Amino acid sequence: MKDSATLDLTDLPSHGLGTASVSWWGTLAFMLIEGTGFALSIVVYLYLMSLAPHWPLDAAPPDLLAGTILTALLIASLVPNIFLARWARSQDLLKVRIGLIVMSLLGMAPLILRVFEFPAMHIKWDQNAYGSIVWVMLGLHTTHILTDLVETLVLTCLMFSRHGDNARRYGDVSDNTMYWNFVVATWLPMYACLYWVPRL
Amino acid sequence: MTGRDSTDSRDTGFNDGELDHRLASVWSTPPGLWGALSSVDHKIIGRRYISTAFVFLALGGLLALLMRLQLAQPEARFIGPDRYNQIFTVHGTNMMFLFAVPVMQAMAVYLVPLMVGTRNIAFPRLNAFSYWMYLAGGLLLWIAFVLDTGPDIGWFAYVPLSGPQYAAGKRADIWAQMITFTEVSALAVAVEIVVTVFKQRAPGMSLDRIPLFVWSMLVTSFLVILAMPAIMIASTSLILDRLVETHLFNPAEGGDVLLWQHLFWFFGHPEVYIIFLPAVGMVSTIVATFTRRPVFGYLAMVMALIATGVLAFGLWVHHMFVAGLPRLGESFFTASSMAIAVPAGLQIFCWLATMWAGKPIFKTPFLFVIGFMVTFVVGGLTGVMVASVPFDTQVHDTYFVVAHFHYVLVGGAVFPLLGAIYYWFPKLTGRMMSETVGRWVFGLIFAGFNLTFFPMHILGLRGMPRRVYTYQPEMPWSALNLFISLSASILALGFLLFFIDVIRSARSGAAASSNPWGASTLEWATSSPPPPYNFARLPVIGSLEALSDQSTALPVATGLRVDRRELLVSSVVEAIPEARESSAGDSIWPLWAALATTATLIWSIFTPWAVVWGSIPVAIALIGWFWPKGVPEDES
Amino acid sequence: MRVASALLISAVASGCSGNQSALDPHGAPAIHMEHLIIGIVAICTVIWVVVMVMLGVALLRGPRAAADTAKSEAWLAMTVVAAVAATVIIIAGLTIASFYTTRDIGVPKSDALTITVRGQQWWWQVFYAGADATPGFQTANEIHIPIGTDVHLRLESADVIHSFWVPSLAGKQDLVPGRSNSMLLRAEKPGVYRGQCAEFCGLQHSHMAIMVVAEAPADYDRWAASQRGDATMPADPDAAAGRGAFLAKPCAACHTIRGTAANGTTGPDLTHIGSRLTIAAGLAETTRGSLAAWIADPQTLKPGNNMPMVPLTSAELQNISAYMESLK
Repeated sequence: MKDSATLDLTDLPSHGLGTASVSWWGTLAFMLIEGTGFALSIVVYLYLMSLAPHWPLDAAPPDLLAGTILTALLIASLVPNIFLARWARSQDLLKVRIGLIVMSLLGMAPLILRVFEFPAMHIKWDQNAYGSIVWVMLGLHTTHILTDLVETLVLTCLMFSRHGDNARRYGDVSDNTMYWNFVVATWLPMYACLYWVPRL
Repeated sequence: MTGRDSTDSRDTGFNDGELDHRLASVWSTPPGLWGALSSVDHKIIGRRYISTAFVFLALGGLLALLMRLQLAQPEARFIGPDRYNQIFTVHGTNMMFLFAVPVMQAMAVYLVPLMVGTRNIAFPRLNAFSYWMYLAGGLLLWIAFVLDTGPDIGWFAYVPLSGPQYAAGKRADIWAQMITFTEVSALAVAVEIVVTVFKQRAPGMSLDRIPLFVWSMLVTSFLVILAMPAIMIASTSLILDRLVETHLFNPAEGGDVLLWQHLFWFFGHPEVYIIFLPAVGMVSTIVATFTRRPVFGYLAMVMALIATGVLAFGLWVHHMFVAGLPRLGESFFTASSMAIAVPAGLQIFCWLATMWAGKPIFKTPFLFVIGFMVTFVVGGLTGVMVASVPFDTQVHDTYFVVAHFHYVLVGGAVFPLLGAIYYWFPKLTGRMMSETVGRWVFGLIFAGFNLTFFPMHILGLRGMPRRVYTYQPEMPWSALNLFISLSASILALGFLLFFIDVIRSARSGAAASSNPWGASTLEWATSSPPPPYNFARLPVIGSLEALSDQSTALPVATGLRVDRRELLVSSVVEAIPEARESSAGDSIWPLWAALATTATLIWSIFTPWAVVWGSIPVAIALIGWFWPKGVPEDES
Repeated sequence: MRVASALLISAVASGCSGNQSALDPHGAPAIHMEHLIIGIVAICTVIWVVVMVMLGVALLRGPRAAADTAKSEAWLAMTVVAAVAATVIIIAGLTIASFYTTRDIGVPKSDALTITVRGQQWWWQVFYAGADATPGFQTANEIHIPIGTDVHLRLESADVIHSFWVPSLAGKQDLVPGRSNSMLLRAEKPGVYRGQCAEFCGLQHSHMAIMVVAEAPADYDRWAASQRGDATMPADPDAAAGRGAFLAKPCAACHTIRGTAANGTTGPDLTHIGSRLTIAAGLAETTRGSLAAWIADPQTLKPGNNMPMVPLTSAELQNISAYMESLK
């Protein structure tokens, strides 16, 4: 079959940004997968609660301090995160570098608080099903903070390297900020479930 | 930024031969082992995926024959209960997780980029990674089986039989971890397909011009994305219960055994549609080609696909009708399970209308579609039967259900798949399969299948439970079981002939033209097999039947660079070009990442610390994978 | 092919005389279910035939129009819509029929005779509750019920999930660890109805049968009275010697024989084992010979089961078998 040229693509940009970027859609798809996982873990928590004669099983409700500070910190971290997203969009290398360093630190801080959250649950994973699901949920979310932190650290290094000033990298930074928003957003129902549902 | 491109790196400046040469030098996978291990070409990975899945089909079929040998007579001592339980567990696990789901996704990995008119799948390195993970998961299961540590808990792995108290050793852990491998792989491919379909369609291929097979894979991929997390949560929880003594499924400590069943079937029922919907796409494609007209009711077909996908999440409880749930809730699930017959019926009627209005050409792929219609309607109707609670309490966990789901999965998915292999073989290999042998293959498989599985309905109604390694001579089941075992050899002969034909045709079949069937979808617009870059110039789509008007020239787009792997990103709804995007080059890092992940996952069967230490090489491999190498593909 | 169909027909026909068949119902729930099964299968068969005729005609019909006309497309659309509408109506009808059957099967009433069945790997432990004056008793792998009466089964599990299924009397119901399920069992006429575990439960899932003996109320009462009693001292000298051997050997650590020092609880209660139709969960008829074969080597007859091989002299084996047989 003979071809006939009917469309000229010469003037298109040679990298897509935002919704024109495949990695943006890929990030969204992985968020959908992980979001389903988070939702299911909450469903399992509520399911076990519905079967239990009393809840929490053989434990006092969790202490609020560490978890609440962590929640506040995560919400506060959205402010620099949104700025970082904006700077990435305007491809401002210096500000993006600063923003990434700030976000790296804000990725580490919740991990420190998380260390205090586990004992605040007043139960170990191997004591009963309540302890198991609580540790599974905290563990699941911690893994997400951790992976995002590693990604942020690698991106920070990248932005200080010769590969940094590239629209593709700014797109990566922008996807990374979107993912952090997701990590924070998924924590909020988890926080409500872990800390406040046992007090109802 | 576009100013950096020199004009001589664009495809506009070359004649056809020179353009092919330039594109080939950029897109080709280098020869040799290293090239093969590093390749990210969706066609190479797709073929690899399909071949591996068919190897697993053959192995799973051998297990089925072993079971039929043991069941041919009562109280046979050919296989003991321990080995038999491993055999039926590995048969089911293998067929669902290593054959059915991967082979459908593999067909999509090969075909979807061609059918939407792009040059590679989205996230090609993730695609390479997902194949390696799949292969590793398959090897884990089969090596364990050969070493007599194969899982023996059923493909459904119900607790507490699979839990720490009743499943000693590592057999259950191998099952659970094999799930992790195949689900990581399946989820990755699902993401690739969704993004490929959303963002890499040829200009002009608006949503209402997407081929039905591509639609079916899009819906399937969303089912994978929403269903598979449930089994990941379930299998991970099982490993935790077994390894670090959590109590999620332990009723003595506030856990619940039915929680496992809910999680498993919340995944497990959509799983059936993950296997069946791609087959719907294949049938639609083959029907259109061999009746010489478009499928009747395109919009209705798409709506039926989506409706099936949505309803698939509302049926899981019908696998638990005898578990002791409240009757009122069960009645709701009877209604929802029956309701899925409506979109399925709509699809059947649309195909019938297409055949009625078209001019049927009875080639092998179409014969398999006819075989599909005959058997799948049986499976669908028995599905309506088991949706009824009282009916189900008699046939649940009997050979009736074995018959039912083989009619759905073999009749409903494997028949279309075999038709699809005959249909797309020229595009996969550049050669035709034998039409004469194909008729024999169809005849043997169709007859062998029905003679093997139809009598199982009767066995089930007459009281024979599933998953038994033997039965007592006083039960009136011996004659039918012998008959079934003999019939299975006809089925096996059909598959043997199929495999021989595949190997023979791949080596010395007649050379195929670019469009041997006169089909109208885009994959037939390029050579058989396609060049590494799929299309020298990306096609521009003006109608649903991309190649229907063959008298005029194929409209194409120009202006892409030829000095890097470049493809087109277009908008989700209208497929309006948005950017010229690079596509990742070959890389060995996905293999390293898969090996590091494999080591971590297998090690973690034995100690939870494996996750901590194993994450280090995994992180290193991922950094190596994503770190820019200063190649043209990194320019923006 | 003709041989095949002949075989199929004979197989279907003989299904009506089997004693473990959904097509051979003898209890109200199973009878309701059989009506539903036959009704749905008949309707579905008709649907299948209609679709196949449509398929055949669509493929083989005579000369076709040279090109699709708008008129024929509209006619096809009408037909498809009508077929979908018919599907909806049939589906709704079957759903309603299913609801009514569920309602007819009903649930056990609280005053019904209640029997507790506990699933074990790989046998059935059966408890008959006592009343004020009468003690309860235990049996294994065999349930006696009076005919014409609703019986309430309470289903529990000691280990993994099992499923209670006696198809000629009722549908199945799982025995789930940590939960207690209920089902209604009812036989209309005397008989022995075989059932077997329907949920995969491990190595010997295949050999986990249960017999339901339905008998006239007077016979049932006689049976229950005899089961309530302790085991009697055997008169036969071999059996008496067997009693001694049984108590001296490890047997008593796992089995109970009321009226003796044997009070183990991991294995079946053997107080009246001689009165049961089968041993080892339906594996063999209860005879002195089958008892001896079982005791001599349980792992060959039922590989993987939890009864160990206890070393016995051939005299001990003979005597213990005689004793077991005497425990009527």
